[in-house]
Amino acid sequence: MTSSTPSERTLITGATLADGRRTDLLLENGRITETGSGLSSAGAAVVDADGLLALPGLVDLHTHLREPGYEQSETVLTGSRAAAAGGFTSIFAMANTSPVADTAGVVEQVLSLGEQAAYATVRPIGAVTVGLAGEKLAELGAMAASRAQVRVFSDDGFCVSDPLLMRRALEYVKGFDGVIAQHAQEPRLTVGAQMNEGALSGELGLTGWPAVAEESIIARDVLLAEHVGSRLHICHVSTAGSVDVIRWAKARGINVTAEVTPHHLLLTEELVASYDARYKVNPPLRRREDVEALRAALADGTIDIVATDHAPHPVEAKDCEWDAAANGMVGLESALSVVHASVVANGLLDWNDVARVLSGAPAQIGRLAGHSSVLEVGAIADIVLYDPNASREFSTQNLAGKGVNSPYLAMTLPGRVEATFRHGYATVLGGELVAAEQVARAASVLSGASA
Amino acid sequence: MRHLLSTKDLSREAAIEILDIAEDMADVQQREVKKLPTLRGKTVVNLFFEDSTRTRISFEAAAKRLSADVINFSAKGSSVSKGESLKDTAQTLAAIGADGVVIRHGASGAPAVLAASGWIDAGIINAGDGTHEHPTQALLDAFTIRRRLHPGASRGRDLDGVTVTIVGDILHSRVARSNVWLLSTLGASVHLVAPPTLVPVHTTAWPATIGYDLDAAIDAAPDVVMMLRIQAERMNAAFFPSSREYSRTWGLDDDRFRRLAPSSIVMHPGPMNRGLEISSAAADSAQSTVLEQVANGVSVRMAALYVLLSGEREVAR
Repeated sequence: MTSSTPSERTLITGATLADGRRTDLLLENGRITETGSGLSSAGAAVVDADGLLALPGLVDLHTHLREPGYEQSETVLTGSRAAAAGGFTSIFAMANTSPVADTAGVVEQVLSLGEQAAYATVRPIGAVTVGLAGEKLAELGAMAASRAQVRVFSDDGFCVSDPLLMRRALEYVKGFDGVIAQHAQEPRLTVGAQMNEGALSGELGLTGWPAVAEESIIARDVLLAEHVGSRLHICHVSTAGSVDVIRWAKARGINVTAEVTPHHLLLTEELVASYDARYKVNPPLRRREDVEALRAALADGTIDIVATDHAPHPVEAKDCEWDAAANGMVGLESALSVVHASVVANGLLDWNDVARVLSGAPAQIGRLAGHSSVLEVGAIADIVLYDPNASREFSTQNLAGKGVNSPYLAMTLPGRVEATFRHGYATVLGGELVAAEQVARAASVLSGASA
Repeated sequence: MRHLLSTKDLSREAAIEILDIAEDMADVQQREVKKLPTLRGKTVVNLFFEDSTRTRISFEAAAKRLSADVINFSAKGSSVSKGESLKDTAQTLAAIGADGVVIRHGASGAPAVLAASGWIDAGIINAGDGTHEHPTQALLDAFTIRRRLHPGASRGRDLDGVTVTIVGDILHSRVARSNVWLLSTLGASVHLVAPPTLVPVHTTAWPATIGYDLDAAIDAAPDVVMMLRIQAERMNAAFFPSSREYSRTWGLDDDRFRRLAPSSIVMHPGPMNRGLEISSAAADSAQSTVLEQVANGVSVRMAALYVLLSGEREVAR
C-alpha cells in the first residue's frame, strides 16, 4: 500500500467487492469515476487493495460525540477520527450534549464542527423533548429546516416514556419525513438499575434491569406508530423478547426499524461478575440466549442495522466502583471487527449483508442524502478497505478517539481497516489516520472544486 | 489467602480452617489478658463508607486484640463526602502504609474493585458491600451454629444435615447471600422465606429452597431460624403493603416462636426491629444467639485478620 499526499485522483487497484467481484476503483473529485480492471494510474495516487475488501463507507446511526459540553470525553474532531479509524464515513451525533441539541442553533454548530473536522459526514440528531426532560416537544421543525437538515430525533439516554408525548412526536415528524429513535427503557421498572436482571444480578447484588422494561416500551411504541402511521426506530435492541415484538410488528406491516450494537452481538453479562466498570453499559449486557436471538434477528432482517452507541468517557468515570461508574463503551474503532467476529465468522451474514447493515440501511433510515450503498460509477466515493484475513490483539493503540473505555482491550479480534476514503480523499491510509491538516485541506480542495 | 471478599469462592476446607482458628481466638478471649502479639507492627484500616458502628467496633476489637495498629476512616465528614474517589482514598491508605483494609461500602463489588485495582497492596476484607456479601457475618453465624450444636467439641466440624431457615428481605440482604453460599458449602440445607417481592427473580442456581410461608417453614422444625432486619426504606417502596402485614405474615412472633422445638436456635444479625421481624420473647429467649453472635464476631474477625495478615498460615482455597 502506498501512502502519499492527497490527490484529486486516487486509484484503488485489485479490491474485492462485497459480492466477491474484483475491481479497480478510480476516485476523482469526490466520486467514483471508473471501475473495472487495468485502469490507468496516470496522475493518480495508487492504493494497492489486493486481498482487501472494498465496502461502501460505514454509516453509524448512533454516536455520542459529546461536543458541545463534554469535550473532556470527546469532541466532534476526535470522535470523527475514531469513526474514520473504524471505517465510518458518516456518523449521526446523539443529542445529549450540553447544551442539548434541541434547537436549530446547536445542531448547526455540530454540523459545522463536523465539516471543519472533515474526517466524516456528521449529521446531528435532534432531541425529541426540550433538554431531554421528557416534558415538552423540542423545536423539531426548526431543526429539520435548519442547515443541519435533521431527520432523526432521539432523547437517547432517556426514554420518551410519556405515551402521549411519544404519540405527538411520532405524528409531528411525519411532516418532514423524520423518524423518532426511541431509547426503550421504562423508567419506573429500571430505578437504580445496574445490570441485566437475572440469576447473575441476584448473585452479585446489583439492581436488575429487567428485559420487560425494554420490551414493554417497544410493544407500546410499535402500536403507537401503527396507530398514527409514523416511522419508528428502536435504538440498541438488547433482548430476545424485543426481537419477538419487532418481528411481530414488521409482520403486521408497522413501519419500524431497529438497531443492535456490536457489543450486544458479542458480549454477555458474565463479564459483569468482575465488577469491572468497562462492562457497564445501558442497555446492559444480556444473556447468551439474547445474544443468539439478536444475531439471528440481524441475519433475518428483523433487526435492520448495527449501530455503535459509541460512548466515550474520561478514565475516572470508569476507574471506580460499579455503581458510581458511567454507562457506555467506545465502539467506532472496533465495530467492523466485532461484527466480523460475531456474525460473519460463523456465516450468519456475508459481506453484502454487512454493507447493508452497516452502511446502506442506516443511511436510508437516517435519510442521508447522496449516500450510495453500491460502489459504482457516479457514486460518492465513501469507501472502506478492510483486510478480512488480519487478526490483532485489540489495544488502546487501536483507539483513535479520547475514550479508552473499550470492552475489547486485550481481546483478539479479526480484520483490520486498512484505508477509509470520504468523498474520495483518504482519512485512513495504511491502517493509520491521515493527519488532521491534510484531511481538512483535502476537504477544502474538494469543496472548492464543487463550488 | 490474600483477600476475604465473599463466601461464594470459599472452599469447605478453607471455611472450616477459619472457623477452627476462630475457636483458638475465642479461647484467648477467656484469658485474663485477651491480647495476642501476632499483628504487632501491622496497620489495619477500617474504611467505612457506610455507617455501621457495630461492625466497625467488632473489627476494631479484633484487630486490637491481635496488637495491630487500627485507623478508623469514616467516609462521613471526610474528604470522601467532598467527592474523593475510591481510588484516591485507596492510594492515600497505601501511602500511609496500611497492611489490611476492612471495607464497608454501599456499592456491591467495591471491595472486589479495590482488590483488583492495583491502587493498594493491602489485604482486603469485605465488611459488607451493597446488597452483595458480608462474609465475616456468615462466618460468625456458622461459627455460632457449630458451637451451639457441638458444645465444647466444634473444632473440625462441618454443618452436614443442619437445616437453616432464613427469613426476610433476601433480595437486598448481603447477610443472606453470604450465608446461603457458606452454610450450603458447609453441608447445611438452607431454606429461604420471604414475601415474593423480596426474593431475586431467578434463584434456581442458588443452593437453597425458597418459600413464602413462614408457618410451614416453622412446622418443618428447622434447627436454625435466622431473622433478617427489615429496612425502613423497603416499606416506602411498595415491596409489601405495611409493616403490620409484614409482621403478621413474616415476623417471628410469640406464637411462632413457641411452636419451634426447644433445641432450635433463633438468630439475628442485628440490629433488631423488635416487634417487627422478631418479638422480644424470641429475641431474649435462651434459644436466641443474638449476643453470642456479637461475641463470636470478634473471634471470627480475629481469625480473618490473622489468616490474611500474619503471613504464616496459607489457607487452601
